[in-house]
Amino acid sequence: MKSRIIHGILVILALPFPLSASLGGDFTSVQADQVKMQGTLQTTSGDLYTVHEIQAATGVAIKEYVSPAGKVFAVTWQGPFQPDLRQLLGTYFDQYAQAAQAQRAHRRGHGPLLIQQPGLVVQIAGHMRSYMGKVYVPQMLPAGVRAEDLR
Amino acid sequence: MKRAHLHGILSLSLAAALALAVGCGGGGGSSSNSGGGGGGGTGSGTPTSNVQAITVNTGPTAGPPYNEPYVDGAFTSVTVCVPGSTTNCQTISGILVDTGSSGLRILSSALTLSLPQQTSSNGDSIIECLPFVDSFTWGPVQTVDMTIAGEQAKSLPIQVIGSSNFSTIPRSCTNNGSSADDLATLGANGILGVGNFAQDCGTACTVSGASNPGWYYACPSSGCETTTESTTESISDQVQNPVTFFATDNNGVIIELPAVSGAEVSVSGSLIFGIGTQSNNALGSATVYTIDPSTGNFTTKFNGVTYSDVGFLDSGSNALYFLDSNTTGLPTCQDATSWYCPSSTQNLSATNQGANGATGTVNFSVGNADTLTANLDDGVANGLAGPFPGLFDWGLPFFFGRNVYTAIEGRDTPGGQGPYWAY
Repeated sequence: MKSRIIHGILVILALPFPLSASLGGDFTSVQADQVKMQGTLQTTSGDLYTVHEIQAATGVAIKEYVSPAGKVFAVTWQGPFQPDLRQLLGTYFDQYAQAAQAQRAHRRGHGPLLIQQPGLVVQIAGHMRSYMGKVYVPQMLPAGVRAEDLR
Repeated sequence: MKRAHLHGILSLSLAAALALAVGCGGGGGSSSNSGGGGGGGTGSGTPTSNVQAITVNTGPTAGPPYNEPYVDGAFTSVTVCVPGSTTNCQTISGILVDTGSSGLRILSSALTLSLPQQTSSNGDSIIECLPFVDSFTWGPVQTVDMTIAGEQAKSLPIQVIGSSNFSTIPRSCTNNGSSADDLATLGANGILGVGNFAQDCGTACTVSGASNPGWYYACPSSGCETTTESTTESISDQVQNPVTFFATDNNGVIIELPAVSGAEVSVSGSLIFGIGTQSNNALGSATVYTIDPSTGNFTTKFNGVTYSDVGFLDSGSNALYFLDSNTTGLPTCQDATSWYCPSSTQNLSATNQGANGATGTVNFSVGNADTLTANLDDGVANGLAGPFPGLFDWGLPFFFGRNVYTAIEGRDTPGGQGPYWAY
């Protein structure tokens, strides 16, 4: 994380919090989401975006990137298990699932998932006990934000 | 990928043709050929009961009706029996050898045996949802006596993938994406997970509540509902790394594959059981790289940048997947953007570093994937690589020309306790 991006307030809420909004959604919808994956939430605000980091009970660290316009434009995760992708991808889930199937045939074997469509990028890699992922909508990246910098 | 049928016939070299003739295990469905012994050539006078032949080829989906040849998949065969029986048995070929997972998983469509179903205390059937990174497998946990080479894993819990008895998949499982529950989508008749972990899930699946990742389900024999939630599963009931069930040679495996130059139809090698347990599986000059016991990763350095705890060896990945075009300068292919396509083969090097501080240089090549995969008869491609931002997935091409040791967590070896990799 670059310090020029994040220099704002640091807020830590050490209380159980529902897994937050999905890709493309409003962060205001977070409170309505009642899912089983509970954990602690840490919010870091910067000029370009706000990061909501959820430490899920399964040990998975999920970061949701919210633009100044209040939209979740990227989600990343890392941990021993796969998070609920339907929850994280929201309306993009079906597009992801179809593209995943197509990639497997195209790649002629198993390996990490790398979907690069004009309106959706999905990167999932790892192995048993270690899953790493990043999803984002290229058009929704706030000006000045590079996808590579989202970790 | 491009089709090049004419070229295909011409490039069948003599060596590759011989390898194809000698190797077994790749093509076809279930068969009665022997799965044991052979292969390897690891020295005279050594016991061969721990040596299993493996073949890298286009696998069981190469021919009609699938016509989807695998590239860089290591296949073998396993013999499974109804527990306690020596006659009610079946040898199944086309099983993918995967050091990135733990546990035996066999397609229901490849099984002719009727196997005992694992049940919960109230008699419900236990079914597993297993998320891989590109798909998930769904199916009941059943028990076999497994034989591979001279090794036996008795009463081994395995996953039977895609059983018609449990066709309804709970929503909490389909939340993982797309399923790989048949031959067309799995690309193999099964997966032999011989990775660093003793079970697939571990302690997380033994406790109820939000910390449970939701891999195991208990459903009546009539099947699950879409609303069925996951259940707990004890360590001993989980799908197990079969190696840990062997009477001996149970602390890890070695994969031995020959060096490969460019693309070939097929190469043969060995899956050797045990590390330092027999004269044919000593560590020798191999360097031990211990791995993070929770993540199963080590560290890779490339071009002066350190990628901490995000490097791993995985025979189940069909290429080297690492970094991205901006970082490596390697362009991706125009059609197949999940692979690199440099105009000429690039020779690169990286440094792997274990949690124990051991370091070693890895020299590897990245070829033009369009060229390497042009001939659909070629099931082997050294230099096949593709992008994955931020990490190093050392897939099967890493194993070409190396003897790669995978030591299981908590198991003692002459190189120390697992988990580690050595090569």
